[in-house]
Amino acid sequence: MSVLDTGTRIEADRAPAAAAAAEETPLRRLAADFFESRVAAAAFALLCVIIALALLAPAIVPQNPYNLAEVDVLDSRLPPGSRAMAGYTYWLGTDGAGRDLVSAMLYGLRISLAVGVVSCLIATVIGAAVGLVAAYAGGRVESLLMRLVDLQLSFPAILIALMLIAILGKGVDKIIIALVTVQWAYYARTVRGTALAEMNKEYVEAARCLGFGHARILFRQILPNVLPPLIVVATVQAAHAVALEATLSFLGVGLPRTEPSLGLLIANGFEYMLSGKYWISFFPGVVLLATIMAINLVGDQLRDVLNPRLRR
Amino acid sequence: MTAPAAAAEPLARPATLEVADLRTHFFTKAGVVKAVDGVSFAVAAGEVLGLVGESGCGKSVTGYSILGLVDPPGRIVSGSICFAGRDLVGAPEEELRRLRGSRIAMIFQDPMMTLNPVLRVDTQMVEAILAHRSIGRRAARELAREALAQVGIPAPERRLRAYPHELSGGMRQRVAIAIAFINAPDLVIADEPTTALDVTIQAQILHLAQELCRKTGTAMIWISHDLAVVSSLADRVAVMYAGTIVEQGRAGDVVGAPLHPYTRGLLGSVPSAVARGVRLAQIPGMTPSLLDLPPGCRFRARCPRAGEDCGVEPTVSSPRPGREVRCWRPHLEAAA
Amino acid sequence: MSARAGTPLIEAQGLSKRFVKAPDLAERATALLGSAAARAEVVRAVDGVSFAVAKGEVVGLVGESGCGKSTLGRLVAGLIEPSEGRVLFKGRDRAQLVGAEAKAARLAVQMIFQDPYSSLNPRMRVSAIVGEAPLVHGLVPRAEHAAYLADILTRVGLDPAYARRFPHQFSGGQRSRIGIARALAVRPEFLVCDEAIAALDVSIQAQIVNLFLDLREAYDLTYLFISHDLGVVQHISDRILIMYLGRIVETAPTAELFAAPNHPYTRALLAEVPRISLEKRSFRPIEGEIPSPLDPPPGCHFHPRCPFAMARCRSEAPALVSIAPGRASACHLNGG
Repeated sequence: MSVLDTGTRIEADRAPAAAAAAEETPLRRLAADFFESRVAAAAFALLCVIIALALLAPAIVPQNPYNLAEVDVLDSRLPPGSRAMAGYTYWLGTDGAGRDLVSAMLYGLRISLAVGVVSCLIATVIGAAVGLVAAYAGGRVESLLMRLVDLQLSFPAILIALMLIAILGKGVDKIIIALVTVQWAYYARTVRGTALAEMNKEYVEAARCLGFGHARILFRQILPNVLPPLIVVATVQAAHAVALEATLSFLGVGLPRTEPSLGLLIANGFEYMLSGKYWISFFPGVVLLATIMAINLVGDQLRDVLNPRLRR
Repeated sequence: MTAPAAAAEPLARPATLEVADLRTHFFTKAGVVKAVDGVSFAVAAGEVLGLVGESGCGKSVTGYSILGLVDPPGRIVSGSICFAGRDLVGAPEEELRRLRGSRIAMIFQDPMMTLNPVLRVDTQMVEAILAHRSIGRRAARELAREALAQVGIPAPERRLRAYPHELSGGMRQRVAIAIAFINAPDLVIADEPTTALDVTIQAQILHLAQELCRKTGTAMIWISHDLAVVSSLADRVAVMYAGTIVEQGRAGDVVGAPLHPYTRGLLGSVPSAVARGVRLAQIPGMTPSLLDLPPGCRFRARCPRAGEDCGVEPTVSSPRPGREVRCWRPHLEAAA
Repeated sequence: MSARAGTPLIEAQGLSKRFVKAPDLAERATALLGSAAARAEVVRAVDGVSFAVAKGEVVGLVGESGCGKSTLGRLVAGLIEPSEGRVLFKGRDRAQLVGAEAKAARLAVQMIFQDPYSSLNPRMRVSAIVGEAPLVHGLVPRAEHAAYLADILTRVGLDPAYARRFPHQFSGGQRSRIGIARALAVRPEFLVCDEAIAALDVSIQAQIVNLFLDLREAYDLTYLFISHDLGVVQHISDRILIMYLGRIVETAPTAELFAAPNHPYTRALLAEVPRISLEKRSFRPIEGEIPSPLDPPPGCHFHPRCPFAMARCRSEAPALVSIAPGRASACHLNGG
């Protein structure tokens, strides 16, 4: 009970008539609180730019790096600023196979983001479902599911991913399956913890008193209140997924060579680092770093803002 | 309020604490919250002053202000707190630290605010003693054991070795009281210490507090929302509303013949004082937001007697000896 | 489903609720290794409670912490299943009902919760909180739903224009009203109020108590009013049940209970309740802590603190027997 509690309680006791006329949805409050931090606002802006670039890639780059007809192997390993035979400038140089780095990076960003986001979404759905069911059912069901989660979490992510890909083979869909398998357990654990706390609250008892069925209570009452920590974990895990995919590609077991993601581009350029052709690894590395950092910063601020105890 | 000595009956004994026109404001993003806005009272040695009010009236903040425990964005804006000849407002932190726990002590509503859950009781009590006195650890522990026995804890030696979670709520509050009284303070501020306790345990704690004050001559400020408790325990009562004291006087007078409409309304809201089954007199509306106080009397919007003159903030007057009220239209017919 | 005249609306017969905490793996392992035998921890929250509530009555249930009144309230409301005993609704065993009758019985008994902050779903609008149940159960045709909602909100003293707001935009007292509206929306006959006003300010409590009295007349409701606040219970109840550590120790009509309490615990409780008094009083509380429900004293639960305890009280638990028409008490002092 801090001295400030008197302050917050006084605000809450204000008559609604005196409150702002605008309808104050939780979303609007969230946005207002979120953008208070300049760092987070900047990170959010950066993230928007990155996503925009990735989405618009085909429209803005001079070359489609996956179309072998447009790539000239004679142009390989050119430094930034060189001119292409076709007339446009290689603003960031070319890589070992002759691909324009800007184009390759943006296309690679598309793949990285897509894989990261899709796997994150699927893992969220699976993990949240498991967590909710475990918390609500309790007893043996909960024990079983949570032991599965513990088992999953005790293995290093890379190891599992490598094993799965060795079994399933390469390809974008296989990578996504591997990433989902590695990630769902975090969501399950987070959701179960929050759901348990929410289930003890009186509004859930009230819902049972009003005769609502289990499904309605689970999805209409508990799930919306479990969303805040879930969103926070999802943002952080998205960054994780992107980094994991880059690691796998770097190790050579990720996406195929012909459709390189950022990780693969970094790997490709590794052999040339010491001979002075730094740009092939450097620029994709910077973009990867910026993406992951932006996601993490946004997730950080989200967590602070959504945490009821830290609020005001 | 102006200095109480002016119109009120002079205190029987010298004042241990004199608060004059205290204002503590919180400078938040949403605006300035005037939590305490012009509070004056005095407490004499061995006297119990009851500070009564509902949530948000500023009574707890008053207690914290006296001890200098108000954190930013809040601070004491003006006024004086005169204790043992020194004005505590603006005093250096080092001086306040020396006073806290030795000359002025505080008891909180939740004893777990005083007690550290991971330390044993004896460790905590010894620390409280050694912070203000340089005696040996053995001697300090002996003092602690005596203090526990004084507050009526059976088998004090065993309890000394216990952790707070092993004690019941009533016991914990006794330990907190023991810690408060252990360095023989001149003033104890008790912030709703029995609110969270059961009726029978509450009675024990009230009995204990009465005994201790009588024996040691310690002055006490008992902060509560419970008029019944305060009327049974306190010598004098001050009723707070929206950051100011609206009425002050001897407990029996304030409760038996309330002058201020708010006090009257509050007494009427308490069920035990009213006939069964009959609708309770309710004060309509809610406390105003301290961010955005209406001009004039703060109680005006809810007052059944409000009139034109209530558009100006009332000053403190003393219509009867020994009593003060902040109202243009007090219930004078009640008081003799 | 109508009842025969004279059948109580709700009747509890021999209700018991045990909470068992089985020893976990670690405790069982240490037991094997020779430490004290791993016993399941059993808390007898409610122990053989029987009472009846007639239609239109307000029955107050009073007790201190650990007495099991909240658990009993939830048993009556059907939120938890009894370990033993049964609850009769209009003369029929509720556990035996199926289908539409079971649902009707469930909706007929609603609960008002203590904490106005956690008893409302923070992510649902007030219109959904109050309006969802009647829609889902088809109590009101869709076309009339909005009008029905507006009517209920007005009845509890809220402005229907604010129905689209979220709970955090309302004060504590208003949230209590929303909780009451939610319960009323399903047209209940019986309301269990579990410390429904404990968390509110005194002046707001008065408003809500008046609301309860008004609604009782308007909707012909029956209440089980659970509280630790004897003043409020005295004001609103026709009949009072006193609970101590899972058992009912006395029941009587309100006026008679306060005029002449029979059971020693009741007498101590009534004596210790702080009341508005015109002068300071000294407290003479009963000694001892409230025992833990994990380890209740044998025989009569109250004997360690009872000033009149006899040898018999230590070994034999007294039964709740009638001592006068409408009055019963569980004490060996009454003979028999």
